[in-house]
Amino acid sequence: MNISDFIDLLLQHSPALIVAVPLLGAFLTPLISRINDKARNIFVILTLGFTMFLVFLLASNVFSGNIYTYIFGAQDISLPVVRILFEVDAISIFMAIISIVLSLVAAIYSWSFMKENTGLDKFYTLILLMTAGMLGMELTGDMFNFFVFLEITSISSAALIAFWTNKAKSVEAGFKYIVISSIAAIFVLFSVALFYGQYNALNIAVIANAIQYNFLDKIALILLIAALAMKAGVVPMHMWLPDAYGRAPSAVTLVLIGATQASLYGVFRVCFTIYGNVINLNTISIGWVLVVLGIITMLVGVVMAIIQTDLKRLIAFAAVGEIGYMLLGIGAGLVSLISPEMAASGFEAMKGGIFHIMNDAFDIGLLFLVAGAIYYATKETSINKLGGLARNMKYTTIFFIIGLLAVSGIPPMNGFASKLLIYESTYQLNPILAIIAILSSIMLLAIFVKIFHSAFLGPSLKKYSNVKEVPKSMLISMGIISAIIIIFGIFPEFIINNIVEPAANALINHSEYISQVISLGGA
Amino acid sequence: MIFNIPFIAVAALILIGLYAVIFKRNLIKIVIGITIIQSGVNLFLITLGYREGSIAPIYTSSPGGIMSLPVPQALTLTSIVIGVAVLALMLSLAVHIFRHYKTLNVKKIGGDEE
Repeated sequence: MNISDFIDLLLQHSPALIVAVPLLGAFLTPLISRINDKARNIFVILTLGFTMFLVFLLASNVFSGNIYTYIFGAQDISLPVVRILFEVDAISIFMAIISIVLSLVAAIYSWSFMKENTGLDKFYTLILLMTAGMLGMELTGDMFNFFVFLEITSISSAALIAFWTNKAKSVEAGFKYIVISSIAAIFVLFSVALFYGQYNALNIAVIANAIQYNFLDKIALILLIAALAMKAGVVPMHMWLPDAYGRAPSAVTLVLIGATQASLYGVFRVCFTIYGNVINLNTISIGWVLVVLGIITMLVGVVMAIIQTDLKRLIAFAAVGEIGYMLLGIGAGLVSLISPEMAASGFEAMKGGIFHIMNDAFDIGLLFLVAGAIYYATKETSINKLGGLARNMKYTTIFFIIGLLAVSGIPPMNGFASKLLIYESTYQLNPILAIIAILSSIMLLAIFVKIFHSAFLGPSLKKYSNVKEVPKSMLISMGIISAIIIIFGIFPEFIINNIVEPAANALINHSEYISQVISLGGA
Repeated sequence: MIFNIPFIAVAALILIGLYAVIFKRNLIKIVIGITIIQSGVNLFLITLGYREGSIAPIYTSSPGGIMSLPVPQALTLTSIVIGVAVLALMLSLAVHIFRHYKTLNVKKIGGDEE
């Protein structure tokens, strides 16, 4: 068998392998770590690297216009509900790319960041499990399977948030997270049961094909959106997020951003695909709900960020604000797409919202990595006690500047590209929305300039006079993300045309997603 | 009416569980509340698959007659296993919280102990 046959075989089974490789790797990690620590770290990075290769292999196929289905279980179509389908379209693989890049960078970052901790075999096992869970959530085409992967992700991320069990606050944040996410997952299961009871199906496409928008479906819609928005940290339910992001080790926070966005992907999948057939006919209200939630999330996140004194909590509130932009973009898209004369700007809004998912993951991720680097070097997270670090940590300072510019949407960085799309398109829907969005960006800039000034500038403090630059693995991982940010910022058109537009199209044209499965004969 | 009783029980279990999660101050009671919601949803799944007078869905030794639907039972089994994992994790975190704060009362947890 030559190489190209082997690649074809890999591609054919890639949806299964993308979940299976990190899952198996997770359970091999404790065995490998019996050899020594270095072997384990290399093994984890190789596992994630191989998964990333598979994701990109599948992505190159999916972005050229195919929807990829993979059948687990009975291939014979005449038997009902005895199989699980993985259905990969452009938006699924778009989210999978984000998750796998974040996980790989987090694994590289942890090499030195977590070096002084014990129990690292469990740490890496959980990181790989969480990656498998996130990728499963994004690739699956089955509601119950979605619930299972949601629970895998929540259990492993709660354990990781509480990884520093010697700190009371970390354990508390972990407890808060597991309570929130298990209740959310139970409600998802409840709505799965509502669907199953009515349509005798668990497959997303089959449910979407049969949905009628009766009373029970409305209950299921509310439960699904509330539960998944709670896991995504949308404002009335955001209280767990600053704790979880702020108290977890920085490497974990990076993967946690991916988990949060996988839940956000769930919200979009529910709104656009499962209810795609009926929402267009019925109301525009869900779009407006998302817009209003987005605006509130943005304002509350940014305003709360101003008064924080702990660096990581501050970035966590900024992350809440950023989630608002995505909801605003997607919600404005959902509202505008219904009326024909607004469809063009609605599509722009969708592109902005989806592009911003990716940009936010990298911008906020980079800021968390820098906060972790500051913590690693000084063991301090309070802004009031830091100062003058630019003298000793010049690379970290540069990375912080890149993150600062990107998160507040300043032109050469990627944040500008997606935020501009959101401003332009929401302005056509309602100018006030665009004004609030721009105002929040300005406030984000003000906040991060303040931190930059208090942490990096100023006179050199005596207690930090012998602070050293952080080790190489942390610099490499921050460098990777910075490079992505700058490349995306310089060539936004390329990214938008090749990656974002297929993803936006995949969300809007739910009929293709449905017909792909129905043409198989239904599951 | 009599066949609606399982659904009434489901609603009651979920509401009792939510009450415990929202209003109780003790962490262990919150954990119990979550478990009760979970049982409610599991009962809902099982009830969906049940038909009056049906037997267990084992094809090889079936005496004939209608069988209850096996899929919801498989789903419930999965959900129970996941529930055990979540329960174990929550309780172990509660143990850690108790070690740090010497209390399980939500009101007294969260002070600046570090």
